[in-house]
Amino acid sequence: MNNLLEVRKASKTFGSFTALNNVSITVPKGSIYGLLGPNGAGKTTLIRIINQITIPDSGTVVLDGDSLNKSHIKDIGYLPEERGLYKSMKVGEQALYLAQLKGLSKKEAKERLKFWFDRLEIGDWWGKKIQELSKGMAQKIQFVVTVLHKPKLLIFDEPFSGFDPINANLIKDEILRLREEGATVIFSTHRMESVEELCDDIALIHKSNKILDGKILDVKRSYKTNTFEVGINALDNTILEKELADKFKVAPANFKSLNEELKLNITLENDTPNDLLNYLTSKGEVSHFVELIPSVNDIFIQTVTSNNL
Amino acid sequence: MNHLPLIIKREYLAKVKNKSFIIMTFLSPIIMIALFSVVAYLSQVNNDKVRVISVLDESGLVSDVFVNQGNTKFNILGDTPMSLDDAKHLVTASSGYGLLHIAKKGDVSEVSKQITFYSQESPSLSIITALEHKLAHRLTQINYKNRGIDVAQIEASKVDVSILQENFEGKTTSKEDSLLKLIFGGAAGYLLFMFIIIYGNMIMRSVIEEKTSRIIEVIISSVKPIQLMLGKIIGTSLAGITQFAIWVTFGGLLMTIVSLVLGVSLMDSAPQQEIVEIASQGQSMEYYLGLFKEALKSMPLINLIVAFLLFFISGYLLYSSLYAAIGAAVDNETDTQQFMLPIIMPLILAVYIGIFTVIEDPHGTVSTVFSFIPFTSPVVMLMRIPFGVPIWQQVLSLVILIGTFIAIVWVAAKIYRVGILMYGKKPTYKEIIKWIRY
Repeated sequence: MNNLLEVRKASKTFGSFTALNNVSITVPKGSIYGLLGPNGAGKTTLIRIINQITIPDSGTVVLDGDSLNKSHIKDIGYLPEERGLYKSMKVGEQALYLAQLKGLSKKEAKERLKFWFDRLEIGDWWGKKIQELSKGMAQKIQFVVTVLHKPKLLIFDEPFSGFDPINANLIKDEILRLREEGATVIFSTHRMESVEELCDDIALIHKSNKILDGKILDVKRSYKTNTFEVGINALDNTILEKELADKFKVAPANFKSLNEELKLNITLENDTPNDLLNYLTSKGEVSHFVELIPSVNDIFIQTVTSNNL
Repeated sequence: MNHLPLIIKREYLAKVKNKSFIIMTFLSPIIMIALFSVVAYLSQVNNDKVRVISVLDESGLVSDVFVNQGNTKFNILGDTPMSLDDAKHLVTASSGYGLLHIAKKGDVSEVSKQITFYSQESPSLSIITALEHKLAHRLTQINYKNRGIDVAQIEASKVDVSILQENFEGKTTSKEDSLLKLIFGGAAGYLLFMFIIIYGNMIMRSVIEEKTSRIIEVIISSVKPIQLMLGKIIGTSLAGITQFAIWVTFGGLLMTIVSLVLGVSLMDSAPQQEIVEIASQGQSMEYYLGLFKEALKSMPLINLIVAFLLFFISGYLLYSSLYAAIGAAVDNETDTQQFMLPIIMPLILAVYIGIFTVIEDPHGTVSTVFSFIPFTSPVVMLMRIPFGVPIWQQVLSLVILIGTFIAIVWVAAKIYRVGILMYGKKPTYKEIIKWIRY
C-alpha cells in the first residue's frame, strides 16, 4: 500500500451551491502533499470530508486501506485555519482534554505533553489561561495538540499564519521531522514559497474542481515551455537581436546582471538547448544561460486564470 | 469511542470553575436575604411610628368606639366645645396624623354622609378602611336600636357556612387544600420556567463561546456534533442543579442565621403578616400545619414527584436543545434576539395558561389541551398534577413530549452541525430551514 489516503470522486453540494465536484486525490505515504487553490475553491470542504466533519454527497475516502470510519479519528491530526482554544481554560487542562478526545489516556497524554512542552520550551505555560498568552503562543499549543496523538495523517491548514519567522521555521522543522518519523502531511496554504520548499506532491482545486495534480517535478516538467533566459555580448547587439529573432522565438528578458548585455528569453521549438548554446557562443560572449522552470506560483496563477475564462 | 462523559465533565467544570458563576452562586442568596432583611426592617420601622388621630365628634354618637390599638392612638376632642377650625389648628400644631370630623346632623344616615378626615398628607388606605369599618358598625347598631331591632337577636342568628368537599371516592378536600395544590403546582411550573430561561441561556452562550473562540472545528474533528451538543446540555444542567442546590441550602442557612440574629422571622414580615392575619381569622399556626398535612395526604405525592422529575427533565431538555441550536446559528449574543421570541412565547403562554385556567378549572378543556401540546405541557401539566390527573393523560402527554424532544434534538443537531461552522452573516429563518435539509 503506497498511498495513505485516496479520495475518489468526492462531491458535495450545499443547496444549489456545489462546493466540491468529483474531486479525487491520492496522497502517497510519507509525502507532504500540497493542497492549493484560491479562496473558496473547496479545499476546506475537502479537508472536512477527510475529517468526517462533512459527509460527502457521493464519493469514497480510503485511509490506509480502509474506507473512512469513526476509528480513523485518532489517525488524523487536524489544524484548521480557523483555530482557537477555550479562552478561559488552562493550557494544560485544555491540552489534556483535547488529547483525550482523540483517544489518548490521561496518563499517556500527560507524558507526551510533557515531552512536547519541554521540546518547545513552553513548560511554564501549563497553568496559564489561553487568554493570557499571545496569538503565536496559542498557535504553538494548538500545534502540539494536533500532533500529540501521533496520527498517521496530519492536515495543516495554513500552519504558518500567525507565527513570526523564527517560530514558523521551528514549526516547519517539526513538520519535516514528523514526516521523517513516518507521518504523511496534507498541507493547505496560499504561501507558494513554502509549497515549493516542502511539498512532494500537489493538487490544485479551483471552483470546486481539481484542475491539476501530481508530483511537483512532473507538474513543473509539464508546464515548462523550453524557454531559456540568455545574456550575451556581441560586437553589435542590435544586429544580433535581429538575427536571433529570425532564427528563434524571442522575447525581451529582464534579470539583474553586471554587464550591459543583450537580455532575451528564447523559446525553442525544434532545436535542442545545445544547438542554441552553440549558436550563441559563435556569435559572442555568453554571460547568462538558464532554463526557465515555472514556479508553483506561476503555475497557480496561470492555471487559475486560464480556467477563469 | 464515547466521549460524552468527558465532554460533560469539561462543560460542568468549565461552568462551575467560572468566577462569575461562583460569585453568582454565593452572592445571590446573600443579596436576597439582605433584601428581605432590609424590607423586614423597614416595614418594622414604619410600624413603630405612632399615629395620633384626633376625633371631633359633634354628633356625640360614635366617639366611644375609638380605642387605642397598636401604634394608632386616638385623641378624642370636644370635652370643651371646639370649632372645626380650632381643632384643625390644634392637630397641625401638635403634628398629629389627622383629624376625623363627624358633623352634627339630623339622623344617623345624615351623619354617615358628613364624616371627613383632614390630614396633612393623604392618609393610608388601611387606616381609612379601618375607620370606615368602625363607624359603619357603630352607626348600623344605632340604626338597629332606633328601629327597635334587637341586636343580640341578630348576632345570635348569624350562621357561618363552610362547604365540605369530597369526591366520589370519598376523599375530602377543602378550599385551603386547593390553594395549597395550586401553590405546589405553580411552584413546580414556575421553577421549570426559571430553570429553562436561566440555564438555557447559559447553554446558548457556551455554544456561542465555542464558535467565537474558533475551537469548534478542532472539537468536531474528534467528536460528533450531537455528542458535543448533548454533552453541553447535560454538563450545563448539572452545573445548574449544583447552583440551585447551593442556593437552597445556603439560602436556608443564611435565613436561619439572620432570623436568629435579628430576632425576627423574615417569612412573616409585615406585608405577609396582615394577609396571614386576615386569612387566619384568629386560627392558630398549629391549625394550619394540620391543614397542610391533610393537603399533603390528599395529593398524589408519589405521582407528583415522579411526574415532576420526568416532565421537568424532558421539558428542560426540549427547550435547551433549541437554545443550543440558536447558539450554533448565530455568531454573537446580540443576534439571538429574533430567534429567542419563538422560544419564550410558548413558555410565557404556558405559565399564563397555568395561572389563569388551572386555578379556574384544572380539568377544563383549555388546561387539558395545553397539557398535551409539547411546548406548554411540561409547565401546564406540572401545575395540573396536584389536582389529580388520570395516569393515561400523564403518560400520553409525556410520550408526546419525549417524541417532540427527539424530533427537536434531531433538528437542533442538524442546525447545530451546519451552524457551528458558519461564520459571518446572521442567518435568516429560511437559511436555517435549508440547513436542516443538508
